[in-house]
Amino acid sequence: MSAAQATVLFDAPGPRAKARNRLLSILGTVLILALVGGLVYGLRGQLTGAKWVPFLRPDTWVSYLLPGVLNTLQAAVLSVVTASVLGLGLALGRMSFNRPLSVLCTVLIEFFRAVPVLMMMLFVYFLTIFVPVIANLFPGPLVQLKPLVAVVAGLTFYNSAVIAELLRSGVGSLPRGQTEAGLGIGMSIGQTRRLILLPQAITAMLPALVSQLVVIVKDSALGYIISYPELLRSSQTLASRWSNSIAAFLVAAALFILLNWSLTRLAGFLEGRGRARQAGRMVQLEEIDVNAVDRGVPRGL
Amino acid sequence: MQGLIELLQQYNVLAAFWMTIRLTLISAVGALVLGTIIAVMRVSPVPVLQRFATTYVTLVRNTPLTLIVTFCVLGLYLFMNVRLLPPSVDPKAQLFTWAVVALTIYHATFVAEGIRSGINTVPQGQAEASRAIGLNFGQVLGQVVLPQAMRAAITPLGNTFIALTKNTTVVSAVGVAEASYLMKNMIEFSPQLLFAIFFLMALGFVILTLPAGLFFSWASAKWRVQR
Repeated sequence: MSAAQATVLFDAPGPRAKARNRLLSILGTVLILALVGGLVYGLRGQLTGAKWVPFLRPDTWVSYLLPGVLNTLQAAVLSVVTASVLGLGLALGRMSFNRPLSVLCTVLIEFFRAVPVLMMMLFVYFLTIFVPVIANLFPGPLVQLKPLVAVVAGLTFYNSAVIAELLRSGVGSLPRGQTEAGLGIGMSIGQTRRLILLPQAITAMLPALVSQLVVIVKDSALGYIISYPELLRSSQTLASRWSNSIAAFLVAAALFILLNWSLTRLAGFLEGRGRARQAGRMVQLEEIDVNAVDRGVPRGL
Repeated sequence: MQGLIELLQQYNVLAAFWMTIRLTLISAVGALVLGTIIAVMRVSPVPVLQRFATTYVTLVRNTPLTLIVTFCVLGLYLFMNVRLLPPSVDPKAQLFTWAVVALTIYHATFVAEGIRSGINTVPQGQAEASRAIGLNFGQVLGQVVLPQAMRAAITPLGNTFIALTKNTTVVSAVGVAEASYLMKNMIEFSPQLLFAIFFLMALGFVILTLPAGLFFSWASAKWRVQR
C-alpha cells in the first residue's frame, strides 16, 4: 500500500477523530498486550532463564544450530540450481514447435504444480529405500544422503515448474520488436528465442528467483518429516537433550525469519537495481534526436 | 493391479481425502476471516494496529509452515498440554482443531497480502468520492473499497486456496490422517506398489486442485470490476 493511498481512505483526523484514534490505539495496545502476555504467561514454565542457558553454550551452536542452518541452506541452494536447469529445459520444451514434446512438458509442469511437495519428497525418499536399483546407488556411508536427495528432488520438481512458468511469462512480456528484430536480421525463430528472448527473460527473472529461494528455504523444513537434519529437526534434537522444546522452536523460528527476511531484502535490492538499469535504457531511447536519426546520424554511435 | 485393489480395500483412501477437504475448507474460512481483519488493520487510521498487522505478516510469512504446525501441536498441545476444546472432547478432535489453527495462522498472511493488492487496484477517486459524500472510514472501506478489492483479489486468493489444499499435507507431520499420511502408511505396508500408490494419491490432488484453478480463473473474469 502506497503512503498516498493509505491516507486517501480517511480524512486527516480532526480533534474528534484524533481522540477516537487515541482510544482505539489504547484499546488495540491493551488487546495485543493481553494476547502476547497471555501466551507468555501460559508458557512461563518454558521461558525461564534455565531454558535459554543452553543457547549461550558454544556447542549448542557448533553441533546443532549452525549445522542445521547449513543443511537448510545446502538443500535450498542445491534445489534452486537443479530447479533452474530443469525449469529452463521445461520452458524450452513447452515453447517448442515439436508438438509431442510441448504437450509432454506442459503435462509435467501442471503435474509438478498440482502435487504437494511433501508427497514428491516422500515418493523419492521411498524410491531410495525400496527400489533396489536406486537403493544400490547409496552404498555404505552414503546411506545418510538419502533424505537430502529426497528433499532436493521434491523441491526441484515443484520449483522447476514455477521457474519454467516464470521464464515463459518473461519471454511473453518482452516487446514484440525484440522478436521482429531477431527475425529481421535473418535468425530462425529458435535462434531468436535462445539468443535474444531467453537471456533477457532470465535477467528479468533474477529478483523473482531470489524470492523463490525464500519459498524453497521454508519448504526445506518439510525435510523434518523424513528426518533430514535441517534447522527445525536439529533444533528439536537439541531440545530433546535440554527439554526446552518451546525455546528451541522460538530460536529456530527467529533464525528462519532472519534468513528469509535477508533474502527478501536482497530480492528487493536486485529488483530496484534492475529497474534502475532498465530506466536508464529507456531514457537513452527517448533522448535520441529524431531529426538526427532521420539524417542517418543517430546519437550515441 | 490385484494388489492395489486389495490395498484399497484395506485402506480408506476416500476418508483420507475427505480429511484433506475438511482441513482445506475450514482453514480457508478461518484464513479468509483472519486475513481480512489483518488487511483492514493494515490500512486503518490507527498506527498501533497498522504496525501490529505488518509485524504479524512479516514474522509469519517468513516462518516455515512445518515449524508452525509442529510448534502448535508438539509444543503447545502435546508438550504444554494446551487444549483449544474442553478436555472431554476426544484427542483426535483436539489434534484436528490445532491443525486447523496452524493452517489458518499461516495462510491468513497470504490472504491479507492478496486483499491488500486488491485494495491497491481500487482507484483513489473511489475513496475520495466516498469521503466527499460524507462516508467515514468504516463505510468507505466496507461499502466502497473492499467490495471492489475482493473482486480484484480473486486470483491471489484462489492461488492461496490451491496452495492451502496442497499444504494440508504438512499436518501429517503431527499424525493427522490425511492423504499424504495414508500414502506413507500404504507405501510402508506394500512397497512393491510404490509407483501405483504415488500416482493414485497424486491424481487425487490433481482432481482437487485443477477444478479449483479453473473455477477461480472463471470467477475472476466473471466478477472483474469494469473500469
